[in-house]
Order: sequence, then structure tokens, then C-alpha cells
Amino acid sequence: MGQEEIRKLLLTITSLGVLMLGLIVMAIALVLTVQFQPKWLESWFSQPEKKEVLLAEETEEEWTSERLEEVGLVEGEGLQLVLANCTNCHSAKLVTQNRFTREGWLQVIRWMQETQGFWDLGQNEEAILDYLSTHFAPEPRGRRMPLEVEWYSLE
Amino acid sequence: MASLSAALGTEIVFAGNFPTGYVPVGLAEQDSLKSLGKDPALKVLNDRPWNVETPIHLLDDKVTPAEKMFVRNNGLLPENIDASAWTLAVQGESVPEEKNYTLAELKSKFRQYTYQLTLECGGNGRGEFYPPAEGNQWGQGAVSCALWTGIRLSDLLRDAGVKKDAVYVGYYGADAHLSGDPKKESISRGIPIEKAMQEETLIAFQMNGKDIPLAHGHPLRLVAGGYPASVSGKWLKTIAVRNKVHDGSKMESPSYRVPIEPVEPGERTSDDNMRIIESMPVKSIITFPKSGAEFPLGRTLDIRGHAWAGEESVSKVSYSIDFGVTWQACTLEKPVNRFAWQHFQAQIKFPKKGYYEVWAMATDDKGRSQPMVVPGWNPKGYLNNACHRIAVKVS
Repeated sequence: MGQEEIRKLLLTITSLGVLMLGLIVMAIALVLTVQFQPKWLESWFSQPEKKEVLLAEETEEEWTSERLEEVGLVEGEGLQLVLANCTNCHSAKLVTQNRFTREGWLQVIRWMQETQGFWDLGQNEEAILDYLSTHFAPEPRGRRMPLEVEWYSLE
Repeated sequence: MASLSAALGTEIVFAGNFPTGYVPVGLAEQDSLKSLGKDPALKVLNDRPWNVETPIHLLDDKVTPAEKMFVRNNGLLPENIDASAWTLAVQGESVPEEKNYTLAELKSKFRQYTYQLTLECGGNGRGEFYPPAEGNQWGQGAVSCALWTGIRLSDLLRDAGVKKDAVYVGYYGADAHLSGDPKKESISRGIPIEKAMQEETLIAFQMNGKDIPLAHGHPLRLVAGGYPASVSGKWLKTIAVRNKVHDGSKMESPSYRVPIEPVEPGERTSDDNMRIIESMPVKSIITFPKSGAEFPLGRTLDIRGHAWAGEESVSKVSYSIDFGVTWQACTLEKPVNRFAWQHFQAQIKFPKKGYYEVWAMATDDKGRSQPMVVPGWNPKGYLNNACHRIAVKVS
């Protein structure tokens, strides 16, 4: 065995040793984390899982025209973006009950982003605002409207 | 489809023609209402989170039954509740140390009381504000008055010990935030310490003599009548005795706050100009007959309903059949206890055939009456206590 080969062998043994040491340290760290900070691991593992569930739910929900009519949404440009962004946390009915100007809808989005953990809409924001302010704009009305009455014969 | 028909108790004509898997519009919603234990005639404003309104004529009972009680949730319904393992923590800056109680301990250790308490959503009537205010567009049916049984919050606080610097009591519940993010609270509001110490402020475990239904806070709920119902925290896990105004979710402006100096409709105002809503204002509803009644000339119309005034009592209820030109007094009962609604009734004769509206107006013991028009606009559309009215036709 030449000196060169011995040097190579030693180098291999040393790097293997360092690798082993590294693995042992990581294993200890893992055990300690499980023992004392299990929440770190939970958040690490649960988040991707949750996303998958969300995606699965999204594909499950079929937006048929009957379903759209039931929740009060109308066909139009931007509808798919609204479905994708505005029905994850709350139902579509929370959208369709409301009437705002474009500025008003923007305020609602900002409020959700600032306080409710809603994501940044990026380039889609304009199209979503267009859809909402077109189809869900305020209608002028007075302080007391005429009653809407369904007549019946009083027994 | 056959099972669907069976569940509804009616035959669906042409059901055979429906495509497989197709559920007619509205039926899915009715099934969900049934799972909540609700009368199918209630109106679903939103199903995530659940917000369900009671049509006014279904509020005719003197004590609101569970199936006709409105639902206003901010987060997701908790799942797999185990009442036998339920605990309540009392903590915060103004208790000497955190104390925990099991549900069984609460029931055995403290004296139990039952009160009939009016719970009205702060946003009841929001749908009439213009420009529109953001949120569930409630009509007038987000109100209830059920019998609540539990222990006095004041007894619990005395047991836990309250420091002199206590000013507010906040709650935390088991309902998850809509986003599912465990770090976010769906709602965590509270009441001033004086309200917490009132005899009628309960930690309740029964509603109308039975376990509280899931949608209304099973197994434990803070109940403080006369205040916006959002202070009556459901699925109660923690009571926090605070040395400052509680700072949980939806305590911040503009939630459950109104302008101190009145604003022009649609005008934005600073957070400094907003105050937390405490007592709800005077209000009344005509629960019989249902709006739309037609009857012959000469028949006397019996009307009845309820009136309440937050922390005050109602001293007078009047009705008008000429849009407020003249008012007549209704017979008014006293409340069964403080913060319970009061019942009124009247017999009305109509002078000639035609279309009429019957308007009701209650006045509280401080002389404040309901406005005939929608009251002062506010950014979130709270406190609309405008007179309720029904349409009738004399033929």
C-alpha cells in the first residue's frame, strides 16, 4: 500500500466519520424537537397536507349554473377568479349579499387582508374588482322602502 | 332521489327526469338547516360561517324555541365536543392565578339560576342602511329571548378572585377561524366588569331546559342579555379578567362600534371617533299576524308582539295604521325578569277597505322611542331599531 493510498483511505474514513457525526447530531436534534417543540414539526407537516385538502375540496365543488344561481352569483368576466379566491374561507353568499362601489369592494378586500389572513390578489385584483363592482353595485333606495308583500287570507 | 323525497316528506314531481346527483336549488340548504336543528322556514344568509335569520312571524312564541332561534356565527362550528371533558379556564391580568374548572365542577360547586334573556345581534336590521354597510344583510329577525340556565359569572369570578384593577372580562371559545389558521381567533369579545357582575350575567349550560344546541354554544356559553349578542361567547373555553378593555378579535374598530360624533351616510371616520356598543336600543316587532293578511271589513284585527330595550325596560308600545299620523296604546306586560322582552297586544278596527300598514313603536323608561325611519348611518350598519311594520288588506 502506497502512502498515497493510505492518505486516500484516511480521508475516506474521516469524511465518513464526519457524516456519521452529522447524522447523529441531526437525530438528537430531531428527538429533542419531538420532545420539547412538537408544534414546530406539526406546522411543518400539517401545512402542505392542508393545502392538498383545500385543493381537493376545490375540485369537488362543482359550480353548475344551478349552484351559481342558488348562491346569487352571475356569469361574467372574472367569475372564475371570484370563485377561486372568494369562496375558500367563507361561502359565496357573504359576497352576494353585499353591494359596494369599486372603492368599497377594495376596502373590504384590504380589511380581509389586514385582519383575516386573506392573501394578496396580485394581478387578479383588477379583474375581481371589475366583476364585483359591475354585478354587485349599490342600488339607490330610500330610508324605508315599500313593503314587499305576499298576500294571504287571514283565518 | 327517493330518499330525498322521503326526507322532505313530499313527492317531487318529475324527479325521475332529474340528472343523477342533481339536488334541486334550495334543498341542500334545507338539509343543512335540518342538521342545525332549525325550522326549514328560517332564512340562510350565509352557510360558512352559519348566519341564519328568523322570519318575524316565527318569533311569536313568548320563549323562543331552539328551532326558531337565529344563528350568528363568526367562525366554524367546533367538532367532536366532549362535554364530560370540557374545562373552563379563568385567567388574565386581574386574577391572582389561573384557575380551571370542569363543567361538572361548575354545575356542582355553584348555585344555578334561570333567566329569560334577550339576545339581539348588533347588526340586526343592517339590510336597511344606505349606502349599504358591509356584513350579513340582516332583516329584523336576528333576535331571540330564550330561557338560559347556568351559574352567575359573578359567583365564578369571586371564587377565582378578582383584583381591584379589573375593568373588563373577555371570552375565548372553541370555534376555529374561517381560514382554519389555528393562530387566528374567530371572535373574542367581552363586557365591562360591571356587566360581568350583574346577577343575570350567566355562564350557561342549558337553553330552554335542555343542553345548549351546538349552533348556540354547546356545552358552555357566556350569556349577557341586553348587550349585542356577540358578547355572549359560545363554546366557552376561557374567561379572561382584564385590567384594560379586552383586545380580542372583533373588539377593534369598526367591529361592534358606532361613531361618537354622528357621521354623514357613507362617510368614513377615524377610530378615535368610535365607541363600543353596550346596551342595545329600544325595539319592538309585530309577530302576529304575519305581514300580508287579508280579511273582511268589520273584523277586529288582534295584533301581538314583543318589545325590549337592551339594559332598560319598555314603558310603552303604541301602534299606528295611518303611517304615524295618530298612535294608539297597546297593552304591555312587564318582563318576567330584567333583560327579558315584554309582550304587547292590541285590537284594531279599520275604518274602511283598503291597504294599510300597522306600525309599532316602543318607548323605553328613559323616554326614548324607536324612529320611524332608519336611524343614524354608521360604517358597519349597527343598531337599526326603526319601527317594524306589517302590511294588511281590508277587503
